[in-house]
Parts: sequence; structure tokens; C-alpha cells
Amino acid sequence: MLRRDQCFRILARHVTDEIVVPVYQAAQEWRVAKPDHALTFYSIGAMGQASSCALGLALGRPDKRVIVLDGDGSLLMNLGSLVSIANQRPKNLLHFVCENGAYEANGGHPIPGRDRVSFAGFARAAGYPKALEISALADFEAKIAGLLKEDGPVFVTLKLVAGDPPPQDYAYIHGAAAREAFRAALKR
Amino acid sequence: MSNEQPIAGAAILDALAAAGVEFVISVPDITTSQGLLWPLTEDRRFRLVRVCKEDEGVSICGALSFCGKRALLLIQYTGLLDSINALRAAGCDYKLPVAMMVGLLEKEPGVPPKQSARFGVRIVEPILEAMGVPHDLFELGSDAARIRPAIDRAYQESWPTALLIGRRI
Repeated sequence: MLRRDQCFRILARHVTDEIVVPVYQAAQEWRVAKPDHALTFYSIGAMGQASSCALGLALGRPDKRVIVLDGDGSLLMNLGSLVSIANQRPKNLLHFVCENGAYEANGGHPIPGRDRVSFAGFARAAGYPKALEISALADFEAKIAGLLKEDGPVFVTLKLVAGDPPPQDYAYIHGAAAREAFRAALKR
Repeated sequence: MSNEQPIAGAAILDALAAAGVEFVISVPDITTSQGLLWPLTEDRRFRLVRVCKEDEGVSICGALSFCGKRALLLIQYTGLLDSINALRAAGCDYKLPVAMMVGLLEKEPGVPPKQSARFGVRIVEPILEAMGVPHDLFELGSDAARIRPAIDRAYQESWPTALLIGRRI
């Protein structure tokens, strides 16, 4: 099984000028893994909207690769976005869902359908040309470089186990400074 | 009721193009389907992004604004009601420009929305006002001249706006 913080540390070594769109706990952990990555779009706003924000960024900046670090509870709130994304077929979109089966930011309650639903199955059925699951760190490390080069939209479920809780800094994530830093980085 | 001609879809499309709108994000609405959305599908000035649910469109519009792209979210008022939390977050908390064109399904032509017999139509403007989102009603041909200024203002002030379509186009 995978731990999100371990995955993100590996991902951080590969990310250079890609836009990264992380949600909630993934955002907190991404801040630890790559604190200086100004092309991080923290401004998800309402729960579930990361994939839609990412689609907007992918359409608006087709010259940049967009990586979504979605949550399973988050994606369940916006499953239709899988269809909308697949319909647009943005080549520059790589969509990870961090599947830990729980609403981690809201008390650890299980998501509906935990251990029964298949997020990669959802993505395939929605029309993503490629969807896979990764459940071992070595597999993630072996595949990540290729995934970052592949034409999208590509969907990857990361089958996670809980790690140590990351430091919480919602004030930064929702704050104007994060948005302005992203806006400035995107203009460079 | 005025004898003036109703607002035309072609005039709306021209106003949107003049406002620099490149993307139209939409869930279909019968109010604007025939005269606006269908012609838009063949209008090469715009890229149409069909979404499954209106709150997706709120986020897409907000994200596109970071890329320097102007967008319009073309929806029905029921979709606006369903998207209030996304609008609260992206539009109001984050102060992003989200320009929405909202069909007031079954509003009686010439009747102010707050006086409609339809409950759902009556509550649209009070909800927008509670959120501080400016809105304007578009029903007649001469109203089209106010589209571009409304969209310009949304992007200049980085704040949402709602253009309410009060009759079937």
C-alpha cells in the first residue's frame, strides 16, 4: 500500500513547470513536499471542484501540463466532471485521486461505497482514454515519469493508507496570497 | 408591455464577442436553447464547453480567469441555485470574475422577476443580492447594449455578475 506523503515526495522530484491542483489534505501534504512550487493552484473553493478547476486551467493554458491531486470524497461530489473532462479530452491533464476511503478533513468518516467503488472504473466509463490504479510505492516511482509525459487525460487512482497527519494551514490555502502567487507564476 | 422586439440571440453573441468572451460553459436551458445555445455551437468565435452540472462551470470560469481568458457560464436559474456554494467560494470568497447568463425559466415576459408567479424565479434576485452579486434583466432588443459593460465590469472588479434572461430566446 501507498502513503500519500511518500508519493508526493517522489512526485515533487519530477514536477518542474507543471500546474498542480491539490485538494484539502493533499494540499497540506503537497505544501510540505514542494513548498516552493508557485504553480500550485490551491484555490479549489468548494469541495469537489478541483477537477473542474483543473479543466479550466488545462483549457486556458494548453501549453502547460495540469496535475490534479484529487480526493476520493471530493471526486464523489463532482463525478460528472469526469464526463466533462473526457468530453474535452485535454491532452495536458493528469488526474490523480488519493483514495483513502475516508473524509479525512471531516472526522475520518468512511466515504459511501468504500472498498466497493472503483474510481478508475468511473474514469474509464466516463471516457478517459487511460485509467489505472497504483497501490505500491515502487510502482508509482516506476511509472510517474512516463505518466507526466503521456497525452491525457489520464486518470490514476492512488490506493492509500493513512500516514501522519500533515500540518494544517487552511489560512494560506484559501488566502489571497496563494492566489496571487499562482497568478504571478502563471504569467512568468 | 413594451412593443419593442425581444432580445435576439445574434445580438447577444455579438455582445459576448465584443466583450472578449472566448469560452462559453453551459448546461442547456430551454430559455436560451433555440436562439442562443444552438447558434453558438456553430459560432467559431467561441469555444463551447458542455458540462454535466453548473457548479463545474463556476470553477472553470474562475480558473480560466487566472489564464487571462474570459468566459461565460450559460445556465438556467435552477442551475444557479444548485451552484450557490461554488459561487460563494470562487466568486465571493476568492473574488474571481464569474460571468453568468441565467435563463429565468417560465418567467412571465415583462414581469419583474421578484413579481413572478414562480417561486424559484422570485428568489433569484434576493439570493444574488444577499451575496452581493450584481444582476441585470435582459428581455428587449435594446438591453443587449448592457451585456458588454456588465462583463467588462466583472473582469475589471474581479467579481461575479449575473445577466438574467427574462424571456425565451
